[in-house]
Amino acid sequence: MNQARRTFLKGTAVAVAMLSGVLRVGRAFALEWNSAAFTAKKLDEALKSSGYANAAASDDIDIKVPEIAENGALVPVEASSSIPGTTSIAIFSDKNPNPMIAEFNFLNGAEPFISVRIKMAETAPVRIMVKAGGKVYTASRDVKVTAGGCGG
Amino acid sequence: MSMNRREFMQLLAMAAASGFALNSRSALAGNADQFYDLPAFGNVSLLHITDCHAQLLPVYFREPNVNIGLGASRNRAPHLVGEYLLKAYGIKPGSRDAYAFTYLDFESAAKTYGKVGGFAHLATLVKKMRASRPGSLLLDGGDTWQGSATALWTKGQDMVDAGKLLGVDVMTGHWEFTLGADRVRHVVDNDFKGKIDFVAQNIKTADFGDPVFEDFTIRQVNGIPVAIIGQAFPYTPVANPRYMTPDWTFGIQEDHLQKTVNDARAKGAQVVVLLSHNGMDVDLKLAGRVTGIDAIMGGHTHDGVPQPVTVKNPGGQTLVTNAGSNGKFLGVLDFDVKNGKVADFRYKLLPVFANLIAPDAEMSALIAKVRAPYEDKLSEKLAVTEGLLYRRGNFNGTFDQLILDALMEVKGAEAAFSPGFRWGTSLLPGEAITMEHLMDQTAITYPQTTLTEMTGSTIKGIMEDVCDNLFNADPYKQQGGDMVRVGGISYTCDLTKTMGSRINNMMLNGKALDPDRKYKVAGWAPVAEGVTGEPIWDVVSGYLRDKKTVAPRRLNLPKLIGVEGNQGIA
Repeated sequence: MNQARRTFLKGTAVAVAMLSGVLRVGRAFALEWNSAAFTAKKLDEALKSSGYANAAASDDIDIKVPEIAENGALVPVEASSSIPGTTSIAIFSDKNPNPMIAEFNFLNGAEPFISVRIKMAETAPVRIMVKAGGKVYTASRDVKVTAGGCGG
Repeated sequence: MSMNRREFMQLLAMAAASGFALNSRSALAGNADQFYDLPAFGNVSLLHITDCHAQLLPVYFREPNVNIGLGASRNRAPHLVGEYLLKAYGIKPGSRDAYAFTYLDFESAAKTYGKVGGFAHLATLVKKMRASRPGSLLLDGGDTWQGSATALWTKGQDMVDAGKLLGVDVMTGHWEFTLGADRVRHVVDNDFKGKIDFVAQNIKTADFGDPVFEDFTIRQVNGIPVAIIGQAFPYTPVANPRYMTPDWTFGIQEDHLQKTVNDARAKGAQVVVLLSHNGMDVDLKLAGRVTGIDAIMGGHTHDGVPQPVTVKNPGGQTLVTNAGSNGKFLGVLDFDVKNGKVADFRYKLLPVFANLIAPDAEMSALIAKVRAPYEDKLSEKLAVTEGLLYRRGNFNGTFDQLILDALMEVKGAEAAFSPGFRWGTSLLPGEAITMEHLMDQTAITYPQTTLTEMTGSTIKGIMEDVCDNLFNADPYKQQGGDMVRVGGISYTCDLTKTMGSRINNMMLNGKALDPDRKYKVAGWAPVAEGVTGEPIWDVVSGYLRDKKTVAPRRLNLPKLIGVEGNQGIA
């Protein structure tokens, strides 16, 4: 790839990721900013406030995260849902100061796929929550955040 | 031959002095050909070296007496040490192979059987294998450009040239990256161009996930297309400084690997091999989850495993090998490929005994040329060691203890940390510790020493973190190094527990470590950018010159809980 184009695209991608992180994208679709959910300090409260509590475990949620984060400040998370009628995907991480990280809403026909980078405070599960057909589903993967060094 | 008893004793003494075997008939008879007479088999042969850590000359290398496996890894290869390993593979105690594969009777066996490895000896052995196995490929699993003074001082050039002369066909990497991304790119794009394929399916650009190197290469071996896929060390930016490769991301990348295997098969590959720097535990897990790989030829964890482990998976089975370290071994995998697929195989991990193999003249000349400008510096005698010095093992080795003792004394620290590297050669009692030996333990591109005030709870946090990198129940969450070497603080390590609860009873100078008090802790090899400090080799060489004689070290080993019946501890 052309170096100038690469630099330009890199900047664009970071901008998009930041925007989705604070849900400006969501707001464009006229959604309410759920302050209680995003500022909750405990996972349970965040799940409850955002309507993702009591989710059923699902194998139809695909998550791609690193086993060990190369950089806790920039952990790549990719998720998709093959549950029919998926309307939203949200990301939570148990040990972050605010466990609810992001929520993405999908309008009619939009493919429920997200790819973002999140910040993680320490080793914890990354929980992907899905709303579909008025029900909630979940799957999670552990991501290890380590001080590093001392290898091999 | 007629000789009297006195002449015979003189001959024995001479033989001993020159490192020749005394109680080994084969060595005295000089029938090296017999030892290395490995019948050819099949139609596709792969020769494998890994983790030589830039050891161009023959060395001593003591295998570990502690290499603990837990959970599914318990009492299984590669977590078998000493007599357990001998028994599992039917190796005779006291034999040449027992010396190569275990720590048992190391001092006397080393005197009997001599040094191992060396590129000139390896070159002769490679040529011999290639003569009986036309078309065979030579694979280098990486950790080749780091581990010696000359590799550090030439930015790996000595090893790049040695690898080319040895006839390496395909390579992947780990410590190579600590020379910096630009240096690796330069070698791959210039020195290696058209000669050695550097492959790594799991390295991508951090922005768009574009490939950095080729995922794989297909080579024709006796008319059979053979794919070699590269798997670089997945946790390079975690275990080593991330700033060395700021624009690259690594990881295990199972999905992409499966896709790569499928691509290779679609392109006609009849044999698919993963040249891996994952470490053996990671490879064993991977082999059960990714299908279509005939063999994973692995390294990183420095396990000299005599035979492959066969792992079943939904697509069939995958052989997993690990070929040791420091130039000690050459892995030889012979496949019999029939009707487009692997029908049968033979494997042998050949120890490289320097005094059984004539050094290759061309390689000897290259090594001499590389060393010439540095010979004075390398040969400086810093001190004489009275005890055996070695590094490898899950917890402190004697050379690490020496480094810790030097750090604490020179820096005026109450405690010290030294990384749990698995490279570093061994020295026999009575040997002079040269600058070269010291560099064998310390030659890295981030050698700064530090003196830091840490609270007791920070110290515990670091130890828990590293301990989990070694003993996490999930191999994918291990990094393949050993436990951080700890000086000044005694502790217990409970292997029945999980992260945060393993390290207990921490004591310093007979007192329990206070979580809130600050302690002066010395260390080296910081992974953060911009750290300044005297290089570790300056600190330790000054200490050694001052001491002149190094008494046997008293190892600061933790009391281990949960290792009863574990065959990974002698």
